Amino acid sequence: MNTFSTRIRWAAAAALLLAACAPAAAPTSAPVPTAEPQIIEVTRVVAGTPEVQVITATPPPAAPAETFRVAIVMPSSTTDMAFSQSMYEGLLAVQREMGGEGAMEIAYSEGMFSVPDAAAALRDYASQGYDLVIAHGSQYGTSLAQLAPEFPETSFAWGTALDTFQAQGVTNVFAYQAEAQQGGYVLGTIAALMSESGVIGISGPVEAGDAKLYVDGFKFGAESAKAGTKVNVSYTGSFSDVSLMAAAAETHVAAGADMLTGSSQSVVGAIGVAKDQGAYWFGTQWEQTFLAPEAVVASQVYDWTGIIKDMIASHQAGVLGGKSYTLTFKNGGLVIA
Amino acid sequence: MSELFTLPVLLGILYSGIRLATPYLYAAIGETFAQRSGVYNLGVEGIMLMGAYTAFYVASISGDLWLGLGAAAGVGAMLGLLMAFVSVTLRAEQGISGIGLHLFGLGLSTLLFKTTLGGVTSISGFQPVRIPFLADIPLLGDALFNHNLLVYVAFLLVPVANWVINDTTLGLKIRAVGQNPAAADSLGVSVGKIRYLTVTVGGVFAGIAGASLSIALINLFQENMTNGQGFIAVALVYFGGWRPWGVLGGAMLFSLVNALQLWIQVAGIELESDIAVMLPYLLTIVALAVAVRRAQQPAALSKPFERGEA
Amino acid sequence: MSEATSVVTRAAARSAWARRLQGWQGALVPVAAVVVALMIGAVVLVGLGADPVKAYSSMLEGAFGSVSGFTQTLVTATPLLLVGLGVTIAFRGGVINIGGEGQLIVGALAASAAALYLPLPGVLLLLAALIAGVLGGALWGAVPGALKAQLGVNEILSTIMMNQIAIQLANYLLRGPMIDPKEVEAGTRIAQSALLPADSWLVRLVPRTLLHGGSILALVMAVAVFFLLWRTTVGYRIRAVGLNPDAARYAGIPVKRYQMLALILGGAFAGLAGAVEVLGVQHRMLEGLSGGYGFSGIVAALFGKLHPLGLIPASVLFGGLLVGGDKMQRSVQVPDALIVALLGLVVLFVVGSDYIMRKRAAKAQSHE
Repeated sequence: MNTFSTRIRWAAAAALLLAACAPAAAPTSAPVPTAEPQIIEVTRVVAGTPEVQVITATPPPAAPAETFRVAIVMPSSTTDMAFSQSMYEGLLAVQREMGGEGAMEIAYSEGMFSVPDAAAALRDYASQGYDLVIAHGSQYGTSLAQLAPEFPETSFAWGTALDTFQAQGVTNVFAYQAEAQQGGYVLGTIAALMSESGVIGISGPVEAGDAKLYVDGFKFGAESAKAGTKVNVSYTGSFSDVSLMAAAAETHVAAGADMLTGSSQSVVGAIGVAKDQGAYWFGTQWEQTFLAPEAVVASQVYDWTGIIKDMIASHQAGVLGGKSYTLTFKNGGLVIA
Repeated sequence: MSELFTLPVLLGILYSGIRLATPYLYAAIGETFAQRSGVYNLGVEGIMLMGAYTAFYVASISGDLWLGLGAAAGVGAMLGLLMAFVSVTLRAEQGISGIGLHLFGLGLSTLLFKTTLGGVTSISGFQPVRIPFLADIPLLGDALFNHNLLVYVAFLLVPVANWVINDTTLGLKIRAVGQNPAAADSLGVSVGKIRYLTVTVGGVFAGIAGASLSIALINLFQENMTNGQGFIAVALVYFGGWRPWGVLGGAMLFSLVNALQLWIQVAGIELESDIAVMLPYLLTIVALAVAVRRAQQPAALSKPFERGEA
Repeated sequence: MSEATSVVTRAAARSAWARRLQGWQGALVPVAAVVVALMIGAVVLVGLGADPVKAYSSMLEGAFGSVSGFTQTLVTATPLLLVGLGVTIAFRGGVINIGGEGQLIVGALAASAAALYLPLPGVLLLLAALIAGVLGGALWGAVPGALKAQLGVNEILSTIMMNQIAIQLANYLLRGPMIDPKEVEAGTRIAQSALLPADSWLVRLVPRTLLHGGSILALVMAVAVFFLLWRTTVGYRIRAVGLNPDAARYAGIPVKRYQMLALILGGAFAGLAGAVEVLGVQHRMLEGLSGGYGFSGIVAALFGKLHPLGLIPASVLFGGLLVGGDKMQRSVQVPDALIVALLGLVVLFVVGSDYIMRKRAAKAQSHE
């Protein structure tokens, strides 16, 4: 837990720092390329300490005359019930709000596990003149940093990440991050209080990125909510191994867990186990209740619509990048459903 | 380490291991038939995916699990026939046609999933059947005899396959065709027919392997849900030395170690998660390396047969 | 020259011509196979409400019809060619290497580690990183090689398993010892290495594209492998072992040692592919870098008839198919799965049609 506590300390410091320079960080202040990495408007809300300032979302654009064109490249599929689906559905929601396909065009490429293929797709969308090109995977960042300067008219976005590459002089990249540990913390708290056995099982995919944030937050939440709660953590080493994820859930139940959670598109296998074995499930990234209404207590849902709208508004106001967004409970980006 | 070797944990490992081994058994036993006759089908993974999708789709619209299972077997047979046509009649390089079949099954099952189902939903699959008396055996009973039907059938398949291969005329023909097709041919055995039969049977079992995931063990369909299990199944045939009992040994070793590594993580033993995940792959290699008995592969494996060739 | 010999030579010349013509027609068979596969795809496209003409024209344009498309095809063809060379050497030596994926990953890891941690100046760093990639891949090929030679472990089994082990090794290193310190600092913990020093990057050949010097390196390697296999004793022995191990053993060639060598060389080329991807394209090691090239490379190798020089056009064509397929997905917005299924059909039809070609060739020969 050492890394997590250092992380909290760091984040708290960042929050103080941001509070100090809050007046300067007005919405859509044009980013100035500097040698120092400059992060604008980052909201570092730490689990359990919600007194941190929030992104001020730019008001939605007033009926743009031209069709706004968005392209997204994602590693998994639009129906993965997890990370990729959350962003795709977010785009569809914004499209509906803006007035359908006439107002906003969405092009997508899914199943881009291969980074080289994704890089080619990003490049192609940019050269086709899309206004906003979203690289929906942390692993695409390196390709994006190479690509973005070649298309200064295009806005790019990537996540989950915080780096907008301003240190490298790039000004047309947005970054977005979900504070997955927040929901993890909240859900972990609920789980600990609900648990009768006092044992909680978490199964993650690979011990990195968004999944690690969520798992650590959940563990931390559960352990701080109720002393003596035992939290068992396992990883399957894969984002798509449904069978192993199911076996991991079985193992947690056999180890006495009555509350289960996990991250990645492979958790659908574990939800079935929770249902069959009479355990409760907590979801993340996307609404997972309907798979097993009797077993799923709650899901932390990533609602990207606010961020998407702000990126569109910023682009139309001439600010093509440089902002770093975070989904939090306070700004409505994280929703418990 | 001591927390790992308590009785409940060992029984838990046994229970999970048996469940994990089920799809491997179907797929690998089917592949054993094909390889014994000299055809090596690397496309098992694609057939499994099509089987998983078909079983789930048919079962969820008809409400009949058996119909779903039958449909998966049917689709498996069709893809097996396709593989047989390409590798037996057209005498294609088997490794590459298998990769083609894998891509085809992966793409088609995902496309059908997206167009007909649109998203992940779940189904109530085959329920556990407690076997009277046996399930009441203290301790072991629940781990061994409280599974769904497809799990039992997978394990029963092993002695049956062993009997067919070793003790029947058909088995003799299969082995002859895989060992020395020219001699078999001269004795009046139709090499093509036997190979068509075994590859199709292999396809049926691969289809059922997929169905065992989507309507018996996991009870849902998600794109690429087999996640490489078909390739592991092919590897297990080599592990088993082309013998059904050996395949069973390999499938159980791999699955039990997989269940064990999850327990290692859950029990909080100091081992990096990625290293734990490596264990089944690592130990499968090691086990084969130190195994004493080593089988000779069917001499004509992966060699297309052409009458009149040496 | 006597009458008789001139008749013979004329007849021989005529039959050579006939064969060439047959060969030319033979080349049409795989093309026809691709066309049939694409026609089936067209039916599905119509079913999905997409315009097949637009789909296929954008596929062609995306792969070969523009500077950005064609350079992308070459960028994709480069690792396919390198992995394919490794597969070719192994197949020629009578061993089946399905471990390209794992060997590529380990090669990429080794190359990045060398570029990050070796204190070498300028081009020496690039060289060291390339060599590290080759060694990493060779090591990952040597394990199945040694297991086969010493303990008789089947290489299909061990290479499939080694792929998974490599993936987990990369997971571990990239989130642990090799993780970019900036990721830890920022708390985002993306599993990737730090950006490699610019000295280790392969030169970019065309501005605003990803085409890099690794493509030239791969071409040179293809020629080198041709010479290795057909102009050196080592190559001759590898092929002899592959053609007939019993005869080779009888001729005094240590069969097992050459099978092991074939797997090591196979791994070395896949490792080089990994190094080239890191140093030429990504400039850092990250998850998803392999792009499935370890498997696609096998297909490319067999399309190229397991000949190093045949591999050059085969990998460009197969790379074009991959790149064009993605482009088609973008232009008509159909699920990516359709492209995957189509690719599978193309592979099945092309390998299937191979027999028809061979049969024609045999017929042409028997007519002489």
